[in-house]
Amino acid sequence: MNLDVELLSRIQFAMTVGFHFLFPPITIGLAWLLVIIEWLGWRKNSADYVRLGKFFGRILALTFAVGVATGIVMEFQFGTNWAQYSKFVGDIFGAPLAAEGVLAFFLESAFLGLYLFGRNRVSKGMHWFSSLMVAFGATLSAFWIIVANSWQQTPAGYSLNATAHRAELSDFWAAAFNPSTLPRYFHTVDAALIAGAFLVAGLSAYLILHNKEAALAQKSMRIAIIFGLVASCLEIFPFGHEHGRQVAATQPEKFAAMNGLYTSVEGAPIVLFAVPQDQPPPVLRAEIKIPGLLSWLAFGDAHAHVQGINEFPPENIPPLFLTFVSYHNMVLLGMYFVGIMVLATFLLRNGVLFEKKWLLKLFVFSIPLPLLACQLGWMAAEVGRQPWIVYHLMRTRDAFSPVLSEGQVWFSLTLLTLMYAFLGVTYVYLLKKKLAVGPVALTGKEK
Amino acid sequence: MDLNTIWFLLVGILIIGYAILDGYDLGIGALHFFAKNERERRIHLNAIGPLWDGNEVWLLTGGGALFAAFPVVYATVFSGLYTALMLLLAALIFRAVAIEFRSKVEDSRWRSFWDYAFSIGSILPAVLLGIAFGNILRGLPLDQQGNYTGSFFGLLNPFSVLVGLVSLAAFTAHGAIFLAMKSDGELLKRLSALIPKLWLSFVALYLVASVTAVFTAPLLFDDSLSDPLFWILLLPLVGAMLYMPVAAKSGKFFRAFIASSVTIALMIGEAALSLFPRLVPSLTDVRYSLDIYNAASTPQTQTIMLIIALIGMPLVLLYTVYIHRVFRGQVILHEDSY
Repeated sequence: MNLDVELLSRIQFAMTVGFHFLFPPITIGLAWLLVIIEWLGWRKNSADYVRLGKFFGRILALTFAVGVATGIVMEFQFGTNWAQYSKFVGDIFGAPLAAEGVLAFFLESAFLGLYLFGRNRVSKGMHWFSSLMVAFGATLSAFWIIVANSWQQTPAGYSLNATAHRAELSDFWAAAFNPSTLPRYFHTVDAALIAGAFLVAGLSAYLILHNKEAALAQKSMRIAIIFGLVASCLEIFPFGHEHGRQVAATQPEKFAAMNGLYTSVEGAPIVLFAVPQDQPPPVLRAEIKIPGLLSWLAFGDAHAHVQGINEFPPENIPPLFLTFVSYHNMVLLGMYFVGIMVLATFLLRNGVLFEKKWLLKLFVFSIPLPLLACQLGWMAAEVGRQPWIVYHLMRTRDAFSPVLSEGQVWFSLTLLTLMYAFLGVTYVYLLKKKLAVGPVALTGKEK
Repeated sequence: MDLNTIWFLLVGILIIGYAILDGYDLGIGALHFFAKNERERRIHLNAIGPLWDGNEVWLLTGGGALFAAFPVVYATVFSGLYTALMLLLAALIFRAVAIEFRSKVEDSRWRSFWDYAFSIGSILPAVLLGIAFGNILRGLPLDQQGNYTGSFFGLLNPFSVLVGLVSLAAFTAHGAIFLAMKSDGELLKRLSALIPKLWLSFVALYLVASVTAVFTAPLLFDDSLSDPLFWILLLPLVGAMLYMPVAAKSGKFFRAFIASSVTIALMIGEAALSLFPRLVPSLTDVRYSLDIYNAASTPQTQTIMLIIALIGMPLVLLYTVYIHRVFRGQVILHEDSY
């Protein structure tokens, strides 16, 4: 493997996006939970919910700050490291990024300031409205980013200009709502809601276990579990299912790689477990499968023909091992989320949830799992798209900035890696510190 | 006016918006270096606490708009100025988290570390943004394909460094005026004494940079001196610049802040006018320059983006003003403060 500018830029991109993508899901999920908590605080005139709002609001602020800070790198990186890509897709790709700024990110950031600092400066209704605008802005932000990324997956609404060597916008709505935009959007945003639910549930469980304002924490845990139950179930059906069908229809190479389907078959099975081996020809070892199910799920017919990797030219197939493993572990985690939430809801209904110490502990340890699922899902999506940076239009190897030297990218990669590692450690340290204190010091005073 | 010109204007407005808004909080970051005690430091941070997030979005949106409207400039400038930009981003990251992290632990070493991060993370972007702007005004070594052929240290030429210092001085004076609206007592007294000095250094640097520009970037003055708009804008620029210290002296800091904002806007406006219709002049051969036509996206994209801007920007301005109004007046430290 040759560590040239292209590969270094890819490593840098994967590292910066991967790290950044830890924070927006928490921000989105937590923001919607805060909309509920603040609503209860306002309408019930309850000091308890106001205190919960303050406590989780501070965690939102912390998460948002790291998310924004690392997000700046994202937008500039297309120009810095992927100049040929930027020139090729600038006519289309820049628009959703700019729209995100103008229509969503301004809203989120401006109202976050009002939400965090304005509690005693504006009316209670306005304060609640500011939390709503934060959640709405964050969710809308995600939409435009997914639009941009989905266009890379399933480009639409463009025409190729051979002389200018670029893709030009021909139909904005077709480009924005390209075949994968909505399935990917709902799937991703719902994943963010799950991440928020598990964060609130896990932190509340911690407070209950350590008997720090347990009565208060029970209230937030209850909200998080009901919220998380709905979000987790929806993630499997319809969102996950619909997204899978869309990949099968629009990106068959990726679909085959995700499902470990290396030779075409009629009545394709779902592979529950297997160890994939990349070496040609690729094979699955030790597989456990359910025959016909994949064909049925993807095409509504248990006997449908599904294309295997063997049908595609070798230069067009994605890395098989990584795509298969990341996809399968994401699904596994999704099942786990449904399971634990169903169990918790059942125990909550019977009024015994807060006595089950082991389950509370499990919730604490589950806090990072939705984020892991997000990373795995994103890996499956992005690695599965390779070797294309824009599916079937531009290869990743043709996209980097030719003016860069390896030294320059080594410098930035080292700088950013060290900084991100430091930020990550500090973030977790501060989160633990917040927990150690709990909401004790916070008053529920509201004007 | 064609679409390309409109987008030149809109990107300019976003840059001006960023310079005015993040300008004051970067300036306060620079002043933070000289704060005397914990209370003053907290006033610095809480003066911008609810506002800095929104201010920084102008930079991101400016980047996105540049990408959408003039993708070739976005690709060329950002890859060409690679190392400088990475340093800028690193500084902005550190600064952003410093504001949030600092108050979370009550330990003097912890706080002092993040104080440095906040100050250096504010000074560095103020200077680097100026240097980048200076290099664009002066022109970049671009080859026929529009690729940057210079080096990182080539960016540190005297003229561009001078523009970097102008931007640091302008932001610091701007920040000091904003902070004066937010403070009282000892801090206010010191700021009142400081503002004329900051103003003087800013004006002096600006004059030196302008004179230097005549020799290092004569291209800028080719057409602009015969453009009546150049002279029309010069009048309010000089007026606002002179009014800044006058208003500050009589304690009318809000007026001084408006004057300082107008100064920044017109300073960038005049520079942009001199550049127009070029976006990045090429030092190698002026025919290789990137302008609003050869670096642009298609009319379809520019039209769609214009519609989005016309819907979004009035709303952005509306709530930006609203939120600045909600948080007007002196900083009062309480439970929700940093």
